[in-house]
Amino acid sequence: MTVPTIPAGPVAGKREVVLRVTGLKKRFGPLEVLKGVDLIVERGEVMCIIGPSGSGKSTLLRSMNHLEEIDGGRVELDGELVGYRLHGQKYVTLPEKLLARQRTKMGMVFQSFNLFPHMTVLQNIIESPVGVLKQDPKEAKETAMALLGKVGLAEKAQQYPRQLSGGQQQRVAIARALAMKPRVMLFDEPTSALDPELVGEVLDVMKDLALEGLTMVVVTHEMGFAREVADSVLFMDGGVVVERGHPHDVLLNPQMPRTKEFLSKVL
Amino acid sequence: MSTVSDTRSVIGSPDEIRVAHRAHWGWWVLTGFVLLCAAGIVQMLFTNPNLEWNVVAGWFFSQSIVFGLLRTLELTVLAMFFGILLGMLTAVMRLSPIKILSTVAWFYTWFFRGTPLLVQLIFWYNLAALFPTIDIGIPFVGPTVWSGNANQIVTPFMAALLGLALNEGAYMSEIVRGGILSVDQGQQEAAVALGMRTSRALRRVILPQAMRVIVPPTGNQVIGMLKSTSLVSVTSMPELLYSAQLVYNRTFQTIPLLIVASIWYLIVTSVLSVIQYYIERHYAKGGRRALPLTPWEKVKRMFTRFTPAQTITADRRA
Ligand SMILES: Nc1ncnc2c1ncn2[C@@H]1O[C@H](COP(=O)(O)OP(=O)(O)O)[C@@H](O)[C@H]1O
Ligand SMILES: [Mg+2]
Repeated sequence: MTVPTIPAGPVAGKREVVLRVTGLKKRFGPLEVLKGVDLIVERGEVMCIIGPSGSGKSTLLRSMNHLEEIDGGRVELDGELVGYRLHGQKYVTLPEKLLARQRTKMGMVFQSFNLFPHMTVLQNIIESPVGVLKQDPKEAKETAMALLGKVGLAEKAQQYPRQLSGGQQQRVAIARALAMKPRVMLFDEPTSALDPELVGEVLDVMKDLALEGLTMVVVTHEMGFAREVADSVLFMDGGVVVERGHPHDVLLNPQMPRTKEFLSKVL
Repeated sequence: MSTVSDTRSVIGSPDEIRVAHRAHWGWWVLTGFVLLCAAGIVQMLFTNPNLEWNVVAGWFFSQSIVFGLLRTLELTVLAMFFGILLGMLTAVMRLSPIKILSTVAWFYTWFFRGTPLLVQLIFWYNLAALFPTIDIGIPFVGPTVWSGNANQIVTPFMAALLGLALNEGAYMSEIVRGGILSVDQGQQEAAVALGMRTSRALRRVILPQAMRVIVPPTGNQVIGMLKSTSLVSVTSMPELLYSAQLVYNRTFQTIPLLIVASIWYLIVTSVLSVIQYYIERHYAKGGRRALPLTPWEKVKRMFTRFTPAQTITADRRA
């Protein structure tokens, strides 16, 4: 049994862009939620996105794997346009088949876990590797068990999600996303729905993944995690990126008044 | 331990918890009264000569009744099968973001739920009178691809099946749609985020969960269909009830033959209830709530529930 290898951290001096978001705009009816967001995530980087509720963090994350249609700008994964293709001067939405293929390269972890309750933990994890990626079921099972071992839940393989605690469910959800061997993992407030004593076990798993060099974008309110693990922190407010940089600069020595105000409330 | 909670009191030390079920004297009085009434009804059933049980027994397995029963079962199974298929198809269409699909599906349920089943059955039966030939092609535009004699295609059986299935599909459509809507939106998102296409997400993730909401009303529909089939006597289809009617029109043994038919309906309904239980059990996988009781467990529960001062020693809790 081998633990699936995860791409190594940034190669010194050589920048490899995994995810590039340029001028991203998104509106819900009259409400402009994202007003031109730019960001670059390099291979092996852990980017934490912080900001007040309603600032557009989830929308940004969901636009990255085209769970939301966007109204302007572009998202590129490994240089490939996500969700659209250029047709003359216009962007047209990709056919579902190609969209689905792009999404297999991005793992997503939700605030509310969203495990499939009618499948066991093991079935949850191998469902897409077998059904979508057409992996051999036996191999997929071995990989799944290795991943479960990694998140510390090997003995729960045959349980149903509702028999697990929130922290355990979220760890299974992380293993499920990892089983697709994604290029980048997107986390949307993965610990916000958890009882305080369960937050640590999920953050520990994420820390391990970061150390192994997994490329991660994490929307979070856990400032301790951001300070300790992130390579870059991005502060959003009102649909724009207000401030960005190294965690020590943004979190400990913020320059913008809005950042200062937000941090004074959460720290 | 026990799930009986309404008449329970807990006594004893922590290492031996005894659960005593105190029986209310009122329950005993009520039970006695009900048993008395039941006995009265049974006595009446057996002593009233007008019920003619020997006639009932004589016709119960007769060829015409059994053939009628088979017809009824055949129609129920086929009409439900196509009704469920139609219902699933139109429910998914209703929820589709593609406007033309959802409109067509909406119109279908509106029309077939909005007109009486009996009228629909008579309509299909008389289709040949309205349209002597049936042409298949694109209206106004294309050539006719296929054409046939309506009288030959729409046999009484076909008319009955068409009527029942189309009507059933409209009801099943709403049941399936309700089931799909009951599944949390996050499930669909998690599925597509894992690279599933909508059709796969529906098949593997959404529908299996929707089934828990879909199955109980569908059980109702099947039992309703079993009896709706008796309406197809208007298309001269000798199903169970019509077969009984044909007999008593000849022999004038109206009540005994209606009893024959009713007992058969009850038997089939009972079997269907058992099947429904096992289907529900299947889709309850991973659920939080306890599984529904089997019909047998229900009977057992009924007799254990009122046992006075039943004492259970609970597991030792360290
Ligand atoms: N599907 C939607 N329809 C309408 N408004 C939405 C929708 N999703 C999010 N919004 C609105 O967009 C804004 C940003 O939401 P969100 O991205 O969830 O913020 P955050 O994750 O930072 O709390 C909020 O004002 C929210 O009400
Ligand atoms: Mg959010």
